[in-house]
Amino acid sequence: MALSKNQIIYIAGFGAIAVLVIGTLAFVPGEFGGSDGSGGDAAENDYGYTPWTGDLFSIITGDPDYELPGEIESMLFAVQAAIGAIIIGFFIGMTYAKKKDE
Amino acid sequence: MEGYLDPLWCVVWFIVMAPFFIFGVIKLRQILRDHPDQKMMVALSGAFIFLISSLKLPSVTGSCSHPTGTGVAVVFYGVGVCAVLSTIVLIFQALLIAHGGFTTLGANCVSMGIIGPLVGLVFWKFLRKLNAGAFISMFVAAFFADLITYVVTALQMALNVMTSVNADFMAAFSNFFSVYAVTQIPLAVVEGLIFAMFAQYLVTARPDMFEIADRNSINPFARSE
Repeated sequence: MALSKNQIIYIAGFGAIAVLVIGTLAFVPGEFGGSDGSGGDAAENDYGYTPWTGDLFSIITGDPDYELPGEIESMLFAVQAAIGAIIIGFFIGMTYAKKKDE
Repeated sequence: MEGYLDPLWCVVWFIVMAPFFIFGVIKLRQILRDHPDQKMMVALSGAFIFLISSLKLPSVTGSCSHPTGTGVAVVFYGVGVCAVLSTIVLIFQALLIAHGGFTTLGANCVSMGIIGPLVGLVFWKFLRKLNAGAFISMFVAAFFADLITYVVTALQMALNVMTSVNADFMAAFSNFFSVYAVTQIPLAVVEGLIFAMFAQYLVTARPDMFEIADRNSINPFARSE
């Protein structure tokens, strides 16, 4: 069965993304920490900048060093991703159903 | 990150953000009132920001960063609406994940919701004028919307250390540029590919959608038709 032009584009596109992500993880040495954290660290360590307030959780807990546990943070990012994915899936499903009706 | 911009810069970036955000709310209300059939497309634009900006992807610099997901929002509805949708996501992250922050909300909205997407939109309009296809135009638009967001972040951080601790601006900018923008290049490619594939999907499934993008203006303060 010959592939359609779109199918070829999707396979090539997702293939390129997989190569970029997996290739980076496989061949680039590093701890893969967050660059947002690195930016903050650079401001503190390279320029002696002191943040004048902590984040919401450190204010609520009263602990300036408080950090949301990594597992909880991952779960909340997954919730955020799910909200987006549900809407995108709904749009694609709706478009498919409409086309089928026509 | 919360507290990493001096109060002065927090206020400055909120002031810069305000007109774009206010016109964005007005435009969004107008779109939803005059074109209720576009509610789904508006939701979809926001959904992409929710989904894509939640991903933490590895980069060639050995660190991870988030793509922005603003490509569809800015191409279809312009900078104002993109600023509003980005702000919703930024508030979600600041409130629930303590990511980004409320004091830096203005700065984050200016980089992620306004200047980055504006550059992406300029590229989209330019390429469409040259009759480039939706795939390549969307790839370039999403790539630059993502990359320029982090160039602006580097600029914001450099301005902050320049005024607060008398750091040399160019040296600081080059330092933050290497932390943020260089890390972002492969992520911007990934984001460009995701949006380009979605644009290709729309070309076959909903080509009528591109009429919305064609009516959209680069001017953030232009009223929708």
